[in-house]
Amino acid sequence: MHAFSQLLDGLVYTRSRNAKLALIADYMRSAPDPDRGWALAALTGDLSLPAVKASAIQAIVAERVDPLLFLMSRDYVGDLAETVALIWPKRIDQPAEIDDGSLGLAAVVDRLMRLGRAEAPAALGEMLDHLDASGRFALLKLATGGLRVGISARLAKTGFAQAFGLDVDAVEEVWHALRPPYAELFAWGLGGERPDPRGTPFFRPFMLAHPLEAETLDLADYAAEWKWDGIRVQIVGTGQAVRLYSRAGDDITATFPDIAEAAHGIDAVLDGEMLVRGEAQGAAEHGGSAASFNALQQRLGRKNVSARMLADYPAFVRLYDLLIDGADDLRALPWEARRARLEAFAARLDPARFDLSAVIAARDFDELAETRAGARDAAIEGVMLKRRDSPYVAGRRTGLWYKWKRDPLTVDCVMMYAQRGHGKRSSFYSDYTFGCWSEEGELLPVAKAYSGFTDEELKWLDGFVRNHTVNRFGPVREVEKTLVVELAFDSVHDSRRHKSGVAMRFPRIARIRRDKPPEEADTIATLRKLIV
Amino acid sequence: MAVYSAFAAVDGTGAAAYRLFVMAARWIEASPKGIYVRPADAWIDPSVPVERALVTHGHADHARGGHGTSWATPETLAIMALRYGDIAGVPVAYGETVSLGPVDISYVPAGHVLGSAQILLEHAGERVVVTGDYKRRDDPTCAPFEPVPCDVLVTEATFGLPVFRHPPIGQEIDRLLGALHAAPERCVLVGAYALGKAQRVIAELRAHGHADPIYIHGALERMCDLYRDFGVELGELYPATAASAEQLRGKVVLCPPSALNDRWSRRLPDPITAMASGWMRVRQRARQKNVELPLVISDHADWDELTATIREVAPSEIWVTHGREEALVHWCGLHQMQARALALVGYEDEDEG
Repeated sequence: MHAFSQLLDGLVYTRSRNAKLALIADYMRSAPDPDRGWALAALTGDLSLPAVKASAIQAIVAERVDPLLFLMSRDYVGDLAETVALIWPKRIDQPAEIDDGSLGLAAVVDRLMRLGRAEAPAALGEMLDHLDASGRFALLKLATGGLRVGISARLAKTGFAQAFGLDVDAVEEVWHALRPPYAELFAWGLGGERPDPRGTPFFRPFMLAHPLEAETLDLADYAAEWKWDGIRVQIVGTGQAVRLYSRAGDDITATFPDIAEAAHGIDAVLDGEMLVRGEAQGAAEHGGSAASFNALQQRLGRKNVSARMLADYPAFVRLYDLLIDGADDLRALPWEARRARLEAFAARLDPARFDLSAVIAARDFDELAETRAGARDAAIEGVMLKRRDSPYVAGRRTGLWYKWKRDPLTVDCVMMYAQRGHGKRSSFYSDYTFGCWSEEGELLPVAKAYSGFTDEELKWLDGFVRNHTVNRFGPVREVEKTLVVELAFDSVHDSRRHKSGVAMRFPRIARIRRDKPPEEADTIATLRKLIV
Repeated sequence: MAVYSAFAAVDGTGAAAYRLFVMAARWIEASPKGIYVRPADAWIDPSVPVERALVTHGHADHARGGHGTSWATPETLAIMALRYGDIAGVPVAYGETVSLGPVDISYVPAGHVLGSAQILLEHAGERVVVTGDYKRRDDPTCAPFEPVPCDVLVTEATFGLPVFRHPPIGQEIDRLLGALHAAPERCVLVGAYALGKAQRVIAELRAHGHADPIYIHGALERMCDLYRDFGVELGELYPATAASAEQLRGKVVLCPPSALNDRWSRRLPDPITAMASGWMRVRQRARQKNVELPLVISDHADWDELTATIREVAPSEIWVTHGREEALVHWCGLHQMQARALALVGYEDEDEG
């Protein structure tokens, strides 16, 4: 348990991604089997234990600690597991504050898996006696479910891949075919055979696009589709099972049961955009409309979806590509050939849940540019350009797919608040809140932005914040409302969460307008006119 | 400000209430600005300027400037002089007793920082000990705490919750050196309070065989010199500002906590940010401060030391001052000891300054 609890502590305090990867890789190389397999499952969120209830933990603590002292402590610390980890008084016959090494991670997991509700408190108490504060924290987090050490499943897998010199995408391909503690995976890492994932619905890395930089492209070579503002999704069916994967390879099947159910029985791998039915972006002439990203966001990140959610925000997938069709792996075929197979395939799917991403009809690039400009009113993000002969390959390859986003919208705002950044930026005030003028002549926050500037500009902005602070609220500095900044953003939406009533998508700093007086910054009314 | 003749009190059940007490040592009064010793017409660690001040130790929230006369240990007076220039002070060495009016006043080592003292007040057949800030752990930079039997113990409670148990300092120094040696191309930047914590960390590093030069922020220089003047060995120290990034690789650099994430640290070679404080035991506190290497090193008594000291001194009454008073008062109640919380203002938590 000691090595695992040290790993968790390290991950909690380490800010840099590379340093986190190094910690995970070190652990994966040095920890014994099957401990490291269980640790990997815990980090990727694939370890499911019958969770011990918070009330059971409170009950065992109440046997050893005065309840009022415990309550005062929990109020101070905030987190139940951490409070118990810190306050736990050992039995007299146990050595003080030492992980005595008698509990291996695998043994702990095994025990937690078999625990009945009645025996859980006593068993947990007995295990806590053998651990130090870090170990107790790790045990309690495992037992209550959810480590929350601030890393994604993808990062954990990348750390594992790094430990054994494997390609993380290759790991991803076999991942969902395997179960904790992943004996085959570690055997592969140590030089054995790669596990065979066939028969399970596993993830294939997405093909991605570069931003278009060329002035023009020959539409004889490239096909154009609309770029929709949802999330990329991969639907993998084996005939028996269906899984949905996000762009990062995270399993989001549980979040979209409506889509999973509609895809039941397919034997294929599809690539598309997850969207919610609505009118905010696109129209019939673009192949059908969809709700804004804001609406989709209501559905994201949920493990349990209520019937109300499903009814209020019905999801559908706009299909882009077909990677596998039954026994045929189409990925090496040209886009045109895959598109033909996709059209045939999509025709058999439920039209309420699946439609085809339309190919834009344009004789030449100029006409496409005109069509794209016209689509701004329909709130479409831009267009995708796909080489007609391109195979489906993982990642970004030059020359194959391009995204040609419409030019961003801009608005002049006034800086209101600033906060320090993280990691390399922790000494800089790099996270800013900007406001626009209300009708009453009051500045109201409309956006937070922390990108778009050069290193030089960041230094200047940091200096501005330090020299123009008028108030401090904990880590937040309020600044003199004198600096105008031009923000670029992709779109703007109604928002009930902000006092200004609007929320921007992808706001970033376009220009610092030192020349402009703050009273000439834009109004919220101007911003509202850009809502479509 | 009016001097209260009553205490703002918290009774043994944790419910706060203002009420009058019939109590021991009626010649001592607590007001929000400090503890007033009426027959001596003197204040202990007052938060505002007064004519006669009895100062327990040199931290700025206890040793304020502007008093008419300050009674303190020679070390504490030197620290005050460093901060406030010339001050009118009467040195009272450990073990010495002075009389102010009918009150005999002695200074006893508190083990908190150089010169820190508990103040023993004897009057009308009663003994009152004001601990000031104290700890029971070994500290090579100051005299160790001496328990003093008394009728009333006025104790601090900075870490007065049972979640606070400081690990042995050797364990934390080993972690610091481990991180340093694991990344020789970086440096470890330790945030440590300029008075006491910084010198203790340096002295402990030396005791653990770390003989390399240690680099310090300008705000620590004068205090380190003062410690050396009082005979504390700190080894080779250099100003961090004069060193190149190349020289700082693989080295320990110390700065006050406020400089940890500030522009000052940009010159350093990819520093591992560490902080030496008792608060580092709580994860969220460490994360809020952007700390990568939390070192649980405190100059205050932890929960076990606070409760063990109360048992050892065995006073008939316990008055609890700044910190988390309620929990300690409740603990006293659980153990059939009479205790109350004093509502004093103006004291800061460790490293919060």
